[in-house]
Amino acid sequence: MSSVMMEVKNVSKSYGGVVANSNVSLTVPEGRITGLIGPNGSGKTTLFNSIVGYHPIDSGSIHFQGREISKLTVPKIARLGLVRTFQQTRIYSAMNCLENMRISIPHRNAAWGDMFSAYSPSIVERAEHLLEFVGLYAKRNLMAGSLSFGQQKLLEFAMALMNEPKVLLLDEPTAGINPTLINGLIDRLQRANKEFGITMFIIEHNMRVIMNMAEHIYCLAHGELLAEGTPDMIQNDKRVIDAYLGAH
Amino acid sequence: MTRNSLILHVTILAAGIAAPLLFPGLVFQFAMLWIMILFALTWDTMGGQMGYNSLGNILFFGVGMYACAIAQIGMFYDVAEYTAAFGAIKVDFTDQQYYMGIALGLVFAAVAAFVVAAVLSWVLLGLRGPYFAIGTLGAALAAAELTGAWDYVGGGGGLSMPVFPGEPGARSLFFYSLCMATTIACYFFLRWLYGTRFGLALNAIRDDEDKAEAMGLHTTRYKTMAWSISAFFLGIVGGLFGNMTGFIEPLEVAYPTLTFGIFMVAMTLLGGKGTLWGPIIGATLFHVVKEVTWTYLLGWQWIALGLLIIVNVVYFQQGIMGWMREKWPERFGLVVDTRATISRREDTQ
Repeated sequence: MSSVMMEVKNVSKSYGGVVANSNVSLTVPEGRITGLIGPNGSGKTTLFNSIVGYHPIDSGSIHFQGREISKLTVPKIARLGLVRTFQQTRIYSAMNCLENMRISIPHRNAAWGDMFSAYSPSIVERAEHLLEFVGLYAKRNLMAGSLSFGQQKLLEFAMALMNEPKVLLLDEPTAGINPTLINGLIDRLQRANKEFGITMFIIEHNMRVIMNMAEHIYCLAHGELLAEGTPDMIQNDKRVIDAYLGAH
Repeated sequence: MTRNSLILHVTILAAGIAAPLLFPGLVFQFAMLWIMILFALTWDTMGGQMGYNSLGNILFFGVGMYACAIAQIGMFYDVAEYTAAFGAIKVDFTDQQYYMGIALGLVFAAVAAFVVAAVLSWVLLGLRGPYFAIGTLGAALAAAELTGAWDYVGGGGGLSMPVFPGEPGARSLFFYSLCMATTIACYFFLRWLYGTRFGLALNAIRDDEDKAEAMGLHTTRYKTMAWSISAFFLGIVGGLFGNMTGFIEPLEVAYPTLTFGIFMVAMTLLGGKGTLWGPIIGATLFHVVKEVTWTYLLGWQWIALGLLIIVNVVYFQQGIMGWMREKWPERFGLVVDTRATISRREDTQ
């Protein structure tokens, strides 16, 4: 059994009167792929935002490698090695792909003087190889904003890998991607997990994708943890099926 | 540097040296051109490269001007006594005092502007979009009022600068050379800066600051440094301009928000923001149009200038460099690589 990478304990978050997360607890084990599913509006993205420090949580605690992070700011949490991608893909649109990659290097130990450092050939080489890994090498000199939506998603994924994260939080990585490209993306996510040893925590609506990839899945509904277990257990859980069909 | 680029740089340098010698009557205007280019270059660091549209960068020009004056005078006289006399006491600076004063004054101007920017960053750089623009404008207006109420430096009545010890012709050339040297230094510094991690970090903040934070970038650090670097160079030309005019006061000379403060923005937009050469081209064109209309269309000069700005922002938002990039993307390296993979590239080498 691998050790716990991230632990969310009794986290609650509400906006005014709307309870987005209520008493959610879950753990993400090191080196594995963990899934998070739930109907629209069930609080998945809110939980992601709470984890990466986008907003303060009302109660509960979030530990990353044993360290309490729920009071830290977004860039500090990112520098610890907890990196997220966005549901609405975010890249630097007026910079070319290679520049997007170069600025995504980890800033973990960056000193003041590093602001003015040049890019070593090894960084450029790494950026080029990761661009080839996601199939964007030929477009490396194009403005990122001129890429198609699916390509921007791939670029964002490559940028996240460039950051050498310990845990990668992916918010719907396959949403809006051409179905024929999805298999390629699943393959790359799995390779990133196996070859680079990156722990993953993935929100996904596409059941075929998440059931194939994740070893353990959590299901949220109305801000509460409804069920958890292996893909088989989740697929046969009556409460999960009801939640998706609107009975909950 | 490629061969063409080298030729371009040498040509501009030669023109810069020849201009005041060929047209001795226009030396002040040429010096102003270098100052205008520096205005646009430093504004673009914030507005173009980083996407923070400051309407108050003129603040650092004024801070530099007053800091330089205080150092120049304060090294040899009591500043309060000097300003209180309103020129009634005859103050003579020896040659050595003058040159030492201006050298140390300019250093003090740069450092003071840098520090003021770093402190203001702490307050203002948390603002975004229009709030940042208005916040900086407010800071510049407040600085003018505060200086006007500060009797130590002569308040709204202003302050006479030490007189240049030499012929008027030599004086013009002296300040022209310093303006040119400062702007060229600023150009090469920014050229180097945009090639380091700093340049990409500024662009990342411009394109999506939330994303940059989520990727762990030290955004506050970069923003503070960018503004302080702009202020550093603005402080130096502020000190120079104060000495060139010979008399400084808060509203028209030190903090001219509605003229220089707006020109910075207009010139950069005209040339194309977010590029190194856009501000230079924009400032040159703007300054030439301004000088020509001031000479030949007197009475209509502001209307002509206003028209230029309106045509620019309505029909030509991308500016000259932006337009060129759209027209000839391949010249700017925006191409699909036909050698599609790394492995194939290695084969062809």
